[in-house]
Amino acid sequence: MAPTTTRVNDFTIKIATVNGTGSASANTLLMKSIFRSGIPVMGKNYFPSNIQGLPTWYEIRVTREGYVARSGRVDLMVAMNAETYTRDVREVAAGGYLVYDSTWPRPALLKRDDITVLGVPLAKLCNENFNGVRTRILMKNICYAGVLAALLDLDVARIRELLAETYAKKPQLVESNMKAIQLGYDYAKANFECPLPLTVEKMDRTAGHIMIDGNTAAALGALYAGATVAAWYPITPSTSLMDAFKMFADRTRTDKDTGAKNFAFIQAEDELAAIGMVIGAMWNGARAFTATSGPGISLMNEFLGLAYYAEVPAVIFDIQRVGPSTGMPTRTQQGDLTLAAYASHGDTRHVCLYPANPEECFYMAVQAFDLAERLQTPVLVLSDLDIGMNDWMCRDLEWDDSYRPDRGKMLGKDEVLKLKKFYRFLDVDEDGIPYRTLPGVDPKAAYFTRGSGHNQYGAYTEDSADYQVVLDRLLRKWATAKRLVPRAVIDATADSKIGIVSIGSCDGAIREARDLLAARGVTVDYLRVRAFPFSEDVERFLLSHELLFVVEQNRDAQLRALLTLETAVEKSKLRSLLHYSGLPISSAFIVEGVLAELQHERAAQPKGVARA
Amino acid sequence: MTFIAKPKVAHPSLPRNTLGLTRRDYEGALSTLCAGCGHDSITASITEAIWGLSLEPQNVVKLSGIGCSSKTTAYFVSGGHGFNSVHGRMPSIAMGANAANRALTYIGVSGDGDTLSIGLGQFCHAIRRNLDMLYIIENNGVYGLTKGQFSASADIGTKAKKGETNQQPPIDPVLLAMTLGASFVARSFSGDKAQLVPLIQAGLKHRGFALIDVLSPCVTFNDHEGSTKSYAYTREHYEPAVHADFVPLEREISVAYQEGETVPVVMHDGSRIVLRKLDSAYDPTNRATAAAQIQERMHSGEYLTGLLYLDETAQHEFHQVNSTPAAPLNSIPYEALSPGSQGLEKILARYR
Repeated sequence: MAPTTTRVNDFTIKIATVNGTGSASANTLLMKSIFRSGIPVMGKNYFPSNIQGLPTWYEIRVTREGYVARSGRVDLMVAMNAETYTRDVREVAAGGYLVYDSTWPRPALLKRDDITVLGVPLAKLCNENFNGVRTRILMKNICYAGVLAALLDLDVARIRELLAETYAKKPQLVESNMKAIQLGYDYAKANFECPLPLTVEKMDRTAGHIMIDGNTAAALGALYAGATVAAWYPITPSTSLMDAFKMFADRTRTDKDTGAKNFAFIQAEDELAAIGMVIGAMWNGARAFTATSGPGISLMNEFLGLAYYAEVPAVIFDIQRVGPSTGMPTRTQQGDLTLAAYASHGDTRHVCLYPANPEECFYMAVQAFDLAERLQTPVLVLSDLDIGMNDWMCRDLEWDDSYRPDRGKMLGKDEVLKLKKFYRFLDVDEDGIPYRTLPGVDPKAAYFTRGSGHNQYGAYTEDSADYQVVLDRLLRKWATAKRLVPRAVIDATADSKIGIVSIGSCDGAIREARDLLAARGVTVDYLRVRAFPFSEDVERFLLSHELLFVVEQNRDAQLRALLTLETAVEKSKLRSLLHYSGLPISSAFIVEGVLAELQHERAAQPKGVARA
Repeated sequence: MTFIAKPKVAHPSLPRNTLGLTRRDYEGALSTLCAGCGHDSITASITEAIWGLSLEPQNVVKLSGIGCSSKTTAYFVSGGHGFNSVHGRMPSIAMGANAANRALTYIGVSGDGDTLSIGLGQFCHAIRRNLDMLYIIENNGVYGLTKGQFSASADIGTKAKKGETNQQPPIDPVLLAMTLGASFVARSFSGDKAQLVPLIQAGLKHRGFALIDVLSPCVTFNDHEGSTKSYAYTREHYEPAVHADFVPLEREISVAYQEGETVPVVMHDGSRIVLRKLDSAYDPTNRATAAAQIQERMHSGEYLTGLLYLDETAQHEFHQVNSTPAAPLNSIPYEALSPGSQGLEKILARYR
């Protein structure tokens, strides 16, 4: 018998299955039943770019502290895919457990002395109790959920309640699913000592919270921002953002009597057309957006340059995935940081927002539209696959009914008629932002939009001085942007000379890592950038720390590159911790990275960590 | 090449349209194209057509891509907004703009390079979506701004100014549009204003995508002996098949047309086009036979011109398909777009 460790509300289950077998519903069922018992939980899906038949994993972390990142360890593995047995067995932490389908016993393959292997004849149980090949495959997965319910002491009533909600319109499915749950549950009860030392105990830490993915939250943000035109080309992992927008818009924007829809949803022929449509719509006064991923941003470069120079608002959600090129479409990365910041030829720079979780996706989506219209420029919201497609526990999203869209400097007919003459690109207020008008207002409001050289009056020019007047004003606008974008989130309570600088979805892992480091006597300050251009507070933080760990999820240290390009920080102070495996970063990775680097520093400089 | 303002003084005797505006009120900046360019004649026809329709200048939206032709949107209706976008991507800008405000009139001007090479995909998909716009191709078979390369509409055997002979088959926008299901397809010649002006008017009134391919010789790079897009060659080989007379809503048909040779078509706003068949064997309402005849004549070196295909009953205009409301989307008050905090509470219930 392997040694066992007791872990209450603090362990990780990993489920290895084959995609296209309905395991997603079993996994969601497990996760939600834990969430509804008041225990914070994290769910992460590692799936293939494939429809059916390839390995897929789902990780459920039960975390009483409410951590939202991967811990980096696995306590219980459900190995349902013989093809990946070898690596799945290897991944279980010492003292952990492995559940597998013992219809086909694999004693040799699964041999490890320091873990407990629990065989459940899932296929056999399902073949004896269900008819039809497809049903048997699906029920085999529901069945392991039943096994885990017994092993972990999950509340079976909650499972039934969730099934009843899912299959509200097909009640017969509730019974068949419950039958599969019961089969697994009873088998485990009869054959193993239940519950295991890994147990779930009721808590009260999920009230006022939801489990939502970032793409759904971003779509809700676009809905609440008042977006009426949505154009996109399907690409993983952004498609579910558009699907969610359509679902919400269909439900909330369709006139019950006439069937008229207060939105246009356009599946474009490619990403070039998608961004073109967004630019055309926003130029014409509708709030419009697109969602895409890295390959789409590559294609949109030309149009992004046009929108920057012709000063047309646009909102783009970039749900980053693994590059370069097609890369690994269903894995996560923060690989588009530099691409998005400087997309297109010539002197172009774009406002970028970096949400860290679904909650921020919601609020930043709204902010993106306000900033785009206020600054008359494209705004890119850089989420990633981890945020976008995984369910995260978040505080309830809140909405202030007094919100009204900030349309920025837009002149209506009356205002234009009061002017002697309307000029599109004049810096009237000296903040770099000119006034715009919409087509259809008045002949006096008309102007010509072009990506070719233009003077501040809106006319074509090849005159050096006239061209530079506009280019220089765009720089003043950039300075204004710096003041308007969301500030960084800074936690400097540690009052340390060492800091961590990071971005987006690394946040959860860093928060946990800081706790773990503190427990080992290492305190580090923390700054998370939330926007490009970097606000003043970013520069101050960089200058006031002696050693900075830049944590990000790409190979080339793109955040570090942006920091060195855009601030006065001394390059040698910045140490990169780079995670680019395609899986979300774990707290363990950061802890190990920081400790190793500090040890290295100590060895190099016996007097201490900090260098002046 | 800077902006040159034209004097805006109208002689009191200039004719006025029903809005009381003269043709001068529909002009734009001074053209910077070569003297004698076919495109300038098309600009004049567009100006004439829009003036004749008495459209409010601010309700005309002018869109283009890149190239000589795309510059021309600055040369007419200065009272309407213009958008000179990027090469070959005008249709997507037009799509977005039209989605935002269906109440305006959209006119896109493109060239054969902008439409048939770099922009072929967007062109095809604008037709598929039946985007409500008039799309004019100023077709000269050659790249002007980069000095005389063949375009995708260059005929086999046509000679470049430097003597090279084109050996690749051309893409014909008219046949392509008909294949893709376009509901208004026309061809004309920049030098035939009498044919072109009513075509533009009918195209602007058509609900859905209206294409006019206008043969428009390039005087600088494609007007020489051996070119099949020169003025001389075009005049010799273009064959009017169907003449379209546009009859605005407020004017009754005063000319008596011979029965059997004319087909009156009522546009969705009640105005009419009277199609006068110049070739009795040609039927502009039958997609299959029309396309076959266009192709057949093309093989013998002739371009059939006029309103070559019209289906005013097509029901797949973008806004019809998408059930958008009659009011422009950009005019819907925010209050009607947000489900509010109460709505959010209901939505979040699914995620608990």
